[in-house]
Amino acid sequence: MTHPQPSRPTLVGLGVLALAIALVPFSDLEVIATDPWAEIRRFGAGFLAPGFPDAAELAASLAYTIGIAILGVVAAGLVGFLLSTLFRSRFIRVMCSVLRSVHELFWALIFLQFFGPSPMTGLLAIAVPYAAIFAKVYAEIAEETPSPSAQVIPRKSRWASGYLYARLPDLWPHFKIYSLYRLECGLRSSAILGFVGLPTLGYHLESAFLEGRYSEVSGLLILFYLLIATVRYWARPITIPLLCLAGLALLPWGNYALEVTNVVRFFTEDIVPAPLRDSGQTLPEAMGALWFWLGDLWTYQVVPGALSTILVTMLALALTGALALVLFPAVSPLLTAKPGRFAGNAGLVILRSTPEYLLAFMLLQFWGPSMLPAVVALALHNGAIIGHLVGRHTEQFSLRLDAPRRRLDKYFYEVLPRAYPQLLAYLFYRWEVIMRETAVFGMLGVATLGFFIDSAFSELRMDRAILLIAVTAALNIGVDILSRRIRRYARVSITADTPA
Amino acid sequence: MLIARFQDGAIGYGTNHPVLSGLNLEIRSGEKIAIIGESGAGKSTFLHHLYKKSASRAALIPQTLGLADNLSVFHNIYMGRLDDHSFLSNLRNLISPAKRRVSEIRSTLEHLELEDKTFARPTRLSGGQRQRVAIGRALYRGADVLVADEPCSALDDRQSARVMTLLTSSSDTCIMALHDVSAARHFADRVIGLKDGKVHFDAPPGDLSDRDIQALYPNA
Repeated sequence: MTHPQPSRPTLVGLGVLALAIALVPFSDLEVIATDPWAEIRRFGAGFLAPGFPDAAELAASLAYTIGIAILGVVAAGLVGFLLSTLFRSRFIRVMCSVLRSVHELFWALIFLQFFGPSPMTGLLAIAVPYAAIFAKVYAEIAEETPSPSAQVIPRKSRWASGYLYARLPDLWPHFKIYSLYRLECGLRSSAILGFVGLPTLGYHLESAFLEGRYSEVSGLLILFYLLIATVRYWARPITIPLLCLAGLALLPWGNYALEVTNVVRFFTEDIVPAPLRDSGQTLPEAMGALWFWLGDLWTYQVVPGALSTILVTMLALALTGALALVLFPAVSPLLTAKPGRFAGNAGLVILRSTPEYLLAFMLLQFWGPSMLPAVVALALHNGAIIGHLVGRHTEQFSLRLDAPRRRLDKYFYEVLPRAYPQLLAYLFYRWEVIMRETAVFGMLGVATLGFFIDSAFSELRMDRAILLIAVTAALNIGVDILSRRIRRYARVSITADTPA
Repeated sequence: MLIARFQDGAIGYGTNHPVLSGLNLEIRSGEKIAIIGESGAGKSTFLHHLYKKSASRAALIPQTLGLADNLSVFHNIYMGRLDDHSFLSNLRNLISPAKRRVSEIRSTLEHLELEDKTFARPTRLSGGQRQRVAIGRALYRGADVLVADEPCSALDDRQSARVMTLLTSSSDTCIMALHDVSAARHFADRVIGLKDGKVHFDAPPGDLSDRDIQALYPNA
């Protein structure tokens, strides 16, 4: 053998790249806008002169954003914690993987049918998928954290007492770190819920952006970054219950007794496939009509929607990986000196604090509706997250004293070979997230599954909407399983304690 | 009363590779038993198995101590009596310890010269202090059967002697692995020597010759 064999992680990485290149001819990556740069320049000018809308309005939307996020995440944390103790049950595991495979915005579209644009819609849209995520992550933490005191507590102690003394104290610090990270995600989700009509920061961002009030966009974004950057200071064990109470007391909850009828109608009528609702037909007639209905939906929505969702996901996955490879050196102490690293960190913090949905929305306004803004938004956000995590991972490496001096040599010969497996593991962990997001980008006008789901909701065709959401969920679960297989084949995994 | 009985027993990881095999022995209440042998002879495995097997009120001091590093010394000691209290009172004592419990536990800690560390974290303590916390947990439990794996390995001679007296007077039945052969002879009324996963001897200390003991440590 004259050439070294590529390792499995290398093969997987090259495979992702090759697939993405092969898919490019089939993708719609056009810039449709006639003069995108003019608009970007206007945006840049506005961005450098941040302004704020009416203070009362701003305070109300800020309170709404924080209230929904904190109530949703706390509810999810409590339920998720209980579920995590039952995670050995296959039923619970499958249920959780289904619940978390549906994006918050899709949950919001469903709950909007029950509660209208009320805080309850926002709270549940966050709490339902997050509870399932909490359950999984808490269960994984519990599995990986040893408790030396578990063997010495009296054997006849009650399970709950034993858990309280011998388990929880060891798990608590890990739970806390992860939950705080989730609260950050919850704030992003809460802001984004503005795009379906809840009066959060996203709502104001969207209207300011569409009306070209770019300095206001800038002000709102800065406020949002500050909110996220300071989470650890205002979300403390003492303030969280207070914030929850304030949210319960202050948000406009409305009257739910009336809306029970909506829920009942949703389940008994709205989501029943349209051809089955006509009670005057015979069974064979009904079956025939259902078959036709399904065939139609399959050919014109499911297949094209799923194909473009997969297409965008794979392009975004490849670009995310490539970007992470370029970005992580900017925050790695082995490759960048302190001032450079400071700038690198600032850039990555901004990119990863900006929800990918918002990035996609903005790029879409500049470039027009094609797959390009979706792919770029996903790659920027996820590439920044992975770049940050891998950069931090490289802090653990200790290079030998006679390691190469030149940065490129050091990158290719010393740092990359050690960091690459970790990078690949993070990339494949994010795969499911990328696909969930891709589907939801349809609501912005990219022809992924979310496009058809959004249309079905606005045409009040709940039967179609639910079926399409189920297809999206199945696709996500499939990617999750495939990702686990590929990670196992490549023998890569992430070290615990770093939220992915 | 019979505490545990082994009849041609094998203990260890799976049936194919037992750590200990051919065990034939009985342990009765009131016995003070020392287990000696080289490291790797199977002492810890034997003790852990015994702890799990014994039906009476038992306490364990493992070699790794089993401290909860995120809880205070108070809570680590309190843990010894979790089964004596309801879940609610355990919850209450976790959040805000009751005065009565604090004074109980402080008096246990006084015997161990640790009373000034009641609310310290074990991570802030020295190796010997940590070991005394684990001992305190067993003392506070007030067990009928005490199973201890090298409970004095990090203590000086004065403290060791004191702790051995405390432990043997607190529990009716004591089974301890000890590396210090003279301490073992002094404390025990029965000495079990383990070698290569088998019982090499099982006799009162008076019946043991130096040669019996040297045979356990061929590399010494």
